[in-house]
Amino acid sequence: MIGIISYAVFFTTIAAILAIAVLGLNFQWGNTGLFNGGVAAFFGAGAYATIMLGGTPQPDQLGGFGLFYPLALIGGTIIAGALAWVVGLLTLRLRHDYLAISTFGVAVAFETVVRNASGFSGGALGMRGFERPLEALIANPFFYNLLFLLLVAVVLLAVYFYLERVIKSPFGRLLRAIREDEVAAQSLGKNPSKIRLKAFVVGSMIMGMAGGLFASFYAFISPQDVLPTLTFQIWAMLIVGGAGNNKGAIAGTFIIWGAWTLSGWGLANYAPIEAQLYTGSIQYIIIGFIIVGMLLWRPQGLFPEKLVVSQSGR
Amino acid sequence: MSVYTGHDALTVKGLTVDFGSFRAVNDVSLSIKKGTITGLIGPNGAGKTTFFNALMGTVQPTAGTIALGDKNITGLSSDDLFASGLARTFQIPRPFKKMSVLENVMLAPMQQVGEGLLSPLLKRSLIKEQEKKIRQKALGILDFVTLSKLADHDAGKISGGQMKLLELARVLMGDPDVILLDEPAAGVNPSLTKILLERIEALNEQGKTFLVIEHDMDFIMKHCDPIIALAGGEVVFEGTAKEAQANTGLLDAYLGTGFDDD
Repeated sequence: MIGIISYAVFFTTIAAILAIAVLGLNFQWGNTGLFNGGVAAFFGAGAYATIMLGGTPQPDQLGGFGLFYPLALIGGTIIAGALAWVVGLLTLRLRHDYLAISTFGVAVAFETVVRNASGFSGGALGMRGFERPLEALIANPFFYNLLFLLLVAVVLLAVYFYLERVIKSPFGRLLRAIREDEVAAQSLGKNPSKIRLKAFVVGSMIMGMAGGLFASFYAFISPQDVLPTLTFQIWAMLIVGGAGNNKGAIAGTFIIWGAWTLSGWGLANYAPIEAQLYTGSIQYIIIGFIIVGMLLWRPQGLFPEKLVVSQSGR
Repeated sequence: MSVYTGHDALTVKGLTVDFGSFRAVNDVSLSIKKGTITGLIGPNGAGKTTFFNALMGTVQPTAGTIALGDKNITGLSSDDLFASGLARTFQIPRPFKKMSVLENVMLAPMQQVGEGLLSPLLKRSLIKEQEKKIRQKALGILDFVTLSKLADHDAGKISGGQMKLLELARVLMGDPDVILLDEPAAGVNPSLTKILLERIEALNEQGKTFLVIEHDMDFIMKHCDPIIALAGGEVVFEGTAKEAQANTGLLDAYLGTGFDDD
């Protein structure tokens, strides 16, 4: 019984961390229409930077500053935002598929760099030497995981309420207008480039924060965690949940992460031996089918975006 | 028809636009008088659209200046033009779909406190107050353009004519001095065109200046005064509606027969 509960805690923690990243993507794609194909890079930047800032010195690793945990996490978030600012400035003129291709390229480059820069990011072995916050004080690993889940849940809720507030404010109206028609928005005195960049940076910072939490939870991050697969998983979660709807984004995360975990477990236990060897690949195929199927039959997602009728002015 | 006050709302001097070796607009100088509904006509390929785009900052002129009142606005981007008081509508309407009609209109005012990333958290009461005012104004303008019943509708699902009215409502939120209308009658059913015209004339009486670009000669002759005609990238006629009607050469130019002989 305790095994199941402790697994449930573990599952919920990972799903909630991913949900934060999905909320970040929803801000970019669902609300602003920015096709970020490089989620893994911003998630990864936050993850690596959090460990560099908050970890202990290690050979072949940059950083090890041992910063107070909240500062390390905020630092990771800011560094993800700085990367997004540079990428955003460079890709500001690109739209839709071109933006997707170039950001995808950024993510592949990011993964290649952290995998090969062995004197800087631990290379393929990943980043170690991170001590999880307060872990020394709590001996029982189950209680510690429960506490960590609480931390993640607080961050998730804070991000959720912040984004809800923003998208229901005049700024959210601005984002939707940019998403629907940049030329028209500019003809009404708005500056689309500036607004797109803001949304790109903020969304990526949220992804970076999710990455920071992910790395702190495992006290480890490696190139294996920032593969393009992560980007596809995050996208599948948003598409299934419903782009433009934050509740849908969270629900989609739990559904897809549940399906991913369950399919992995099912394949590993019940599939013929030959198929078990390919569990990972089969899972990717399933995710691909889910994305394509949703786009064909229910492109608005399980929880479609609602028409906002300027609540704040009533 | 117009309340011409004797001042220029918009002055264009020596405007030239080249696309490579092709000169689309050649040394055009003209002025739009304050308080008029000025019509700009010209056949396909006359340079109308390029001229319009150069005015609106989407095409950079090769030479020449454009002034709004006393302010030089040459080369400003369309967001800065709107802020300066020069607004436009689109030939093919560009509503913000998947946004309500009211939201479309409420977007337009400049300097909204809530258009920031932190202000929605920090300045809630100020935003609320401002939103209330913007909403009031938006509802008033929607009422003026006869769209108040559609305020909560999805702007992507109203008719083409209603979209043109919505575009007019949107630009009115910014209290512009000069409004450029790009083919307002194109693809709109006659009853909505009539409403649109009445509203334009009512606004004109309140002092707003309009520059109407139209393909439809009849529309221009009936509702605009003065009239400017472009052909081959040059001004071929500038005068009152009466003079335009009396000018048979203009019709030829419009049909593309007279210009080559000039």
